[in-house]
Order: sequence, then structure tokens, then C-alpha cells
Amino acid sequence: MTDNYQVRDAIDKETLSTVRSVGDTYKYGFSTDIETEYAPLGLNEDIVKLISKKNNEPKWMLDWRLKAFNRWKKLKQPDWALLKIPEIDFQDQYYYARPANMKEKPKSLDEVDPKLLETYSKLGIPLTEQKKLAGVIEENHEDKSENRKVAVDAVFDSVSVGTTFKEELKSAGVIFCSISEAIKEYPELVKKYLGSVVPISDNFFACLNAAVFSDGSFVYIPKGVRCPMELSTYFRINAENTGQFERTLIIADDNSYVSYLEGCTAPQRDESQLHAAVVELVILDDAEIKYSTVQNWFPGDENGVGGIYNFVTKRADCRGRNSKVMWTQVETGSAITWKYPSCVLKGDNSSGEFYSIAITNNMQQADTGTKMIHLGKNTNSRIVSKGISAGKAQNTYRGLVQIGGRSQNSRNFTQCDSLLIGNKCGAHTVPYIEVNNSSARAEHEATTSKVDEDQLFYCMQRGIGEEDAVALIVNGFCKEVLQALPMEFAMEAQKLVAISLEGSVG
Amino acid sequence: MLNIDDLKVSLEEEEKQIIRGLSLSIKPGEVHAIMGPNGSGKSTLSSVLAGKDGYVIDSGTVKFDGSDLLEAEVEERAALGIFMAFQYPIEIPGVGNMNFLRTALNSQRKTRGQEELNAADFLKLVRGIAKDLEISEEMMRRPVNVGASGGEKKRNEILQMCLLEPRFVILDETDSGLDVDAMKLVSKGVNNFSSSSRSFLVITHYQRLLNYIVPDFVHIMVDGRIVKTGDKTLALHVEETGYKDFLQLGKEKN
Ligand SMILES: Nc1ncnc2c1ncn2[C@@H]1O[C@H](COP(=O)(O)OP(=O)(O)OP(=O)(O)O)[C@@H](O)[C@H]1O
Ligand SMILES: [Mg+2]
Repeated sequence: MTDNYQVRDAIDKETLSTVRSVGDTYKYGFSTDIETEYAPLGLNEDIVKLISKKNNEPKWMLDWRLKAFNRWKKLKQPDWALLKIPEIDFQDQYYYARPANMKEKPKSLDEVDPKLLETYSKLGIPLTEQKKLAGVIEENHEDKSENRKVAVDAVFDSVSVGTTFKEELKSAGVIFCSISEAIKEYPELVKKYLGSVVPISDNFFACLNAAVFSDGSFVYIPKGVRCPMELSTYFRINAENTGQFERTLIIADDNSYVSYLEGCTAPQRDESQLHAAVVELVILDDAEIKYSTVQNWFPGDENGVGGIYNFVTKRADCRGRNSKVMWTQVETGSAITWKYPSCVLKGDNSSGEFYSIAITNNMQQADTGTKMIHLGKNTNSRIVSKGISAGKAQNTYRGLVQIGGRSQNSRNFTQCDSLLIGNKCGAHTVPYIEVNNSSARAEHEATTSKVDEDQLFYCMQRGIGEEDAVALIVNGFCKEVLQALPMEFAMEAQKLVAISLEGSVG
Repeated sequence: MLNIDDLKVSLEEEEKQIIRGLSLSIKPGEVHAIMGPNGSGKSTLSSVLAGKDGYVIDSGTVKFDGSDLLEAEVEERAALGIFMAFQYPIEIPGVGNMNFLRTALNSQRKTRGQEELNAADFLKLVRGIAKDLEISEEMMRRPVNVGASGGEKKRNEILQMCLLEPRFVILDETDSGLDVDAMKLVSKGVNNFSSSSRSFLVITHYQRLLNYIVPDFVHIMVDGRIVKTGDKTLALHVEETGYKDFLQLGKEKN
């Protein structure tokens, strides 16, 4: 373990005493009993057309989807990850599900089915324009957080059910809406940027997503605007046997800034479910995007039954000079995670950061990391990855750092730490480093350690129960990454870390 | 308060008995000192009392307030009021002192069925104690024991003691590594903390500490047994002549 930790008060004040109150198993495992409309089972051209029709899409969008679908048919599922992926029958899935009463999209939040609102409120994400996310603000924090607002776009199965604070954001010039809406309302922006970061045929799962994505979030921050509040999307899979394919597109125009949060949960079901999302970030001159994810899909039970298969393509394109992106992810859920949020540093002086906590317990498998592609001059990237494995879980960090021939004076620093709990789990680090410019430098540090018996005993001698002690130590191990999260999420994430590791000791 | 009767303890890993028939009785308000050569089992005794894994109780009993202490989990013992100041305090990277202390205090309170202390009261309490022990704010913001000097770590142990208010305190060589001034500070801290209902088991190699923390009894431990018990003058004797008189006693009992 490294000893060089900076301490920030915000997280120090949090105690783990609240952990118990959060519940002792997967807290979000309930399902909502709501009448759901499905597209027919399986995938073919007609299904793609149907999804497009349900969303009332223009022809150019349908053509785009069909092109993707035809490409996808020729692609093969990748098998290079250190994952044991059970065979997925892509014809035995539903590709579209929406609450029946969402046929007519509600014009305002007041019109949204109370059952849906209740679902989100149970998840701690009330779809009201209240000032903060419930339950995640810590008492007694003298920060301005009291007044911080978070706008939420809530995606339920295949559709967006509502977006809060739209008007207030609009007056600042910020566009925040579902992507289905953006396709209709802002076709020029969507046409210009959709697929420009993650092309249709980028990879098997991204290509599938391009064909069948049903909804997701769209954000445009105009030139010179600092987004006045945090934006967030909350994904919920409810319907059985249904894949969720959402697509997020965020554009930060010159000299703008936005911080964006993404959260996800799903009910506890015996059948595994597929989630294949694409996130594209476009960052122009002097602009900055912070993108944080707390991924808490249902991980399957302790024997590995059920759980979400999470195949996600996330990429940020730093196109401008001095453009900046920061990915922060806390991956605690999913049976299988395949995810490499990447930064393409095209603009000179652009920078990319990747902070990650990946926790796997029981039978979970994660193969996750990042790609830093340095193309511009004086570009900087920083990777801090904390992998924690418990139970019989497998956790792989896979990271690519590529510094191109024209990328003068570029720098990468990678810190990759693994923590093992028990002796049946595994941690693997797979770095790929390619430096093609002699003025550039890439540094890589990696450690693997075990939760130390002496540390546990010390905590317990002070009266802290074993599970809380593990959570405390693990949170300490993850500190650098937790600090990178917006405060509301940091608290939530700390609790999640504790919950994900329950039952991992003793 | 604490009654140890003919306790025999071996290591779990290898067949080696470390505590080899030890009896000791400590009443409320008493201060007991244990001295003994390196490797005689003093720290092992502390660890066994605190409930650390890795030991096998071969025979004997340990009663705390009349009930079987060896049955209780580590954190339950802590909540009962048993505190051990570590000979080598442990570092916990990334976990802030304040967070650690508050988690510990509230865990104990919870186990005892008391209400948790709110953040403001907690801060006030800790700051007061830190001030008495001359521990800086900067130090309090650091991760637990990380980057602290040997002496700073020991002071931190005493701070934890004062905060958690245990009834039975084991000080395992808390004086080792302390400079003269720190030794006085720590002793003052301990003395202010002592009361007619609190007991101490002070493990030390140096008589000097016992000038500040005056023991009611001094025990000499050799080879996992108490071979001699006396008053504070016994410590002076050890200081002058070493353990040679007692080593023989250990063998005779074998
Ligand atoms: N986990 C262990 N594995 C192997 N040997 C051990 C272990 N714990 C204790 N011992 C041995 O038991 C004996 C007693 O150790 P202990 O630490 O209790 O001594 P001590 O009296 O505290 O010594 P010191 O004065 O040096 O602190 C020593 O010989 C030590 O090597
Ligand atoms: Mg010792």
C-alpha cells in the first residue's frame, strides 16, 4: 500500500455508522410492478425499425441504426478480456421495454406515473426539483452543498421518464434532455456529434448499441457557460429479460464546464440481464467535463446466479486546446463488467484523468481500465486505479497508454493498486504502454496487497466491528478516488463500498 | 475486575507455549506493572487479553467482572472497557484520524446501547484531549499513524485511551520511544485519567516510567509466568541488577 495520502476533511467526517442503516444485502433489488410494453423477442431489422418508430425518429436516424445493425451482424463478440462470459443468446432478449403508460411522454414531471416516481424515490433519487439528492448529504457539512442542485434525467428500462430543472438550465443556455428528445429537437447537434467519438462499428457492443439504443441523456453546454448545477442520469433496469442500451452524448463547447453523474441499479433477478451502453464526450477548446459513475447494477447472488452483464463503451474526445476530461468510476455492481472509459487527447495541452474503484465480491468478474491516447503536444494523463477483490471474484485492470509520434512532451502517470480480501479471489494488472516519442514519458506503478490482519485487529480493539473495520480500511485504500467524486457521490460511494464487501470476512 | 487463573497459551501456527501458567488478579483502581526480559510473553499476554487471533488457549481462565472474557469478540471486549495501547501502533493509510476515532467511539457506544455522539460534541471532545497531549491539529488530520514518529504514535495511543474511556488499560511499552518531555505528558495524561474504578496493566522495561505512574504492584515475568511480585521497589531492584536473580526462578518452576 502507498502511504502518500492527502487527507481532505469532507470525507474524514463521514463515519461508517450509517452503513448498517443502508441495509445488509443488495438494497435496490426490489422490482416495480408496472405494466410494461415490450417489442417482440429477439433482434432483426424489424425490431430496429420498431424502436426507431416508437421514438418517432426522423429517417436519418433510422438509416444510421440500420447501418449499425448490418455491421453488427458481421462482428464477433470480443474474447480477449479475462472474463468467463456465459454464452449470450442475442435472440433471446427483449430490446425494448417501456412502462405502458409512457406511450405518451409526460410533458412535465407532474404527469409521470406515481409508481415510477416512487421507484426513484425508493432509490434515493426523487424526481422532484428539490435541492439535493436525498440521504446523501452529510449532516453538518459546512460546505455550500446545502444549496447545490442536481438535475436528474431518469431512464427506466428503455425510456427516459423525466428530466428535472430543465427550464432553469435552459435559461443558462444548457440543453439537458433525453437523447430521443434531442434527436427531434436538436437534430443538427446530434447529427454533428453522434458517433463522432465512438463510431458505429467501434466494437461489437458499441455497434449493437448504435442499432438498438432506445434512450439516454443528451447534454450541450454552450460556449463560455459553466453549468450552474450538477447533471445526472439515473438508469434503472426493471423489465425482465430485457437489455438496456442507452446512449449518452455530452458536448462541452469552447470554454465551458460541466460535472455529470451517472448512477445505475437493477432488481434482483435470477436471469442475467444485458446492459450495453455508449457514452460519448466531446470537449472543445478550454472546456472541461467531469464524468462520475457509481455503478451498482445487481451483481448476482453469492453463487453467481443472475446479475447484470455490463458491456460499456465510454470515450472522451479532447478535441480542443487545453480541453480536459476526468472520468471517475466506482464499480461495485454487475456480474460481469467490461468497461474502459478512454481519453483521446487530440488537442495540444489537453489532459485526461481516470480514477477508478472496482470492487468484486462473491462470483463477480470485472475487466476494467482505461485507454489514454496521446496525439496532441504537451498532453497529460493520469490513471489511478484501485481494484478490490473478495470472495471468489476476479478483478482485472487493463490499461493502454499510447503516446503518438507527434505528441511532444507528453506525460502519463499510472498508479494501479490491488487489494485482496481472503485467498480465493484474484487480481490482475495488464498494462499496455506504447511510447513513440522520445520527449514523452510514461510512468507505471503497481502494488498488490492484502487486508492486513494487524490493521483489522487494531480497529477492532478500538471497538469497531469486523465488517466496519474492513470497510474503513478499504475506503482508506480507495481514498484518492473517492476524493475525485463530487461530494454527494463520495458519501454514497463510501457506503456502497461497505455494503459490497459485506460477508467477505469471517 | 480482572482475574487470570493459571493461563496457558500457545501459538496457533507452531506448537509453542508462550504463556505457561500465569495467574494475576487486578482490582478496580489498581495499577500493576509487568517487567520482564525480551520475549518473556508480555505482549502475548496483552494480545490474548485483547482477543487477537492466532493463539490457542491450552488451559486456564480469564474473568472480567466475573464473566468469561475469552468468549467475547475483540470489539465486544473493547466495548466492555478493555483498551490496549499497542507496543507498535498500526498505520492505516487513507483513514483519517478523526474518522477513525469517531467510528471507534460511536461503535462502542452503539454496542453499549448508548446514543452516538454528534459531530460537534465529538470534535470538541477530541480537540480538548489533543490539546492536553500537545498533539497538533495537523497531526489529527493525518491518516491513522501514517508518517508519525515513534513517539507521536505512542501519544496517539493515549489520546485514543482518553477518548474511549476504558476501565481496564494495558499500556504495552508506551514509554519506549518517548522523549523525556513526552514521557511526562503521557504520564500526566494517564494519571489524570486514572480513577478508583479504573485499572492499569503497565508493561515496561524502564523503572523511570514508574516514577510517574506509580504502581501498586510490580510483577516480574519470565518464560510466560509471573515469578515474583512486589511493590514499586522491585522495579528499582531490576533497574540495578537486571533479571539474573529471576531467570533462575523461572527455571525452578519448570
Ligand atoms: N506470532 C508469533 N509467531 C512466532 N513467535 C511468536 C509470535 N508471537 C510471539 N512469539 C514469540 O513468543 C515469545 C514472546 O513474545 P512477546 O512479544 O510476547 O514478548 P515480550 O515479552 O513482549 O517481549 P519484548 O519485551 O521484546 O516486547 C517470543 O519468543 C516471540 O518470538
Ligand atoms: Mg512486547
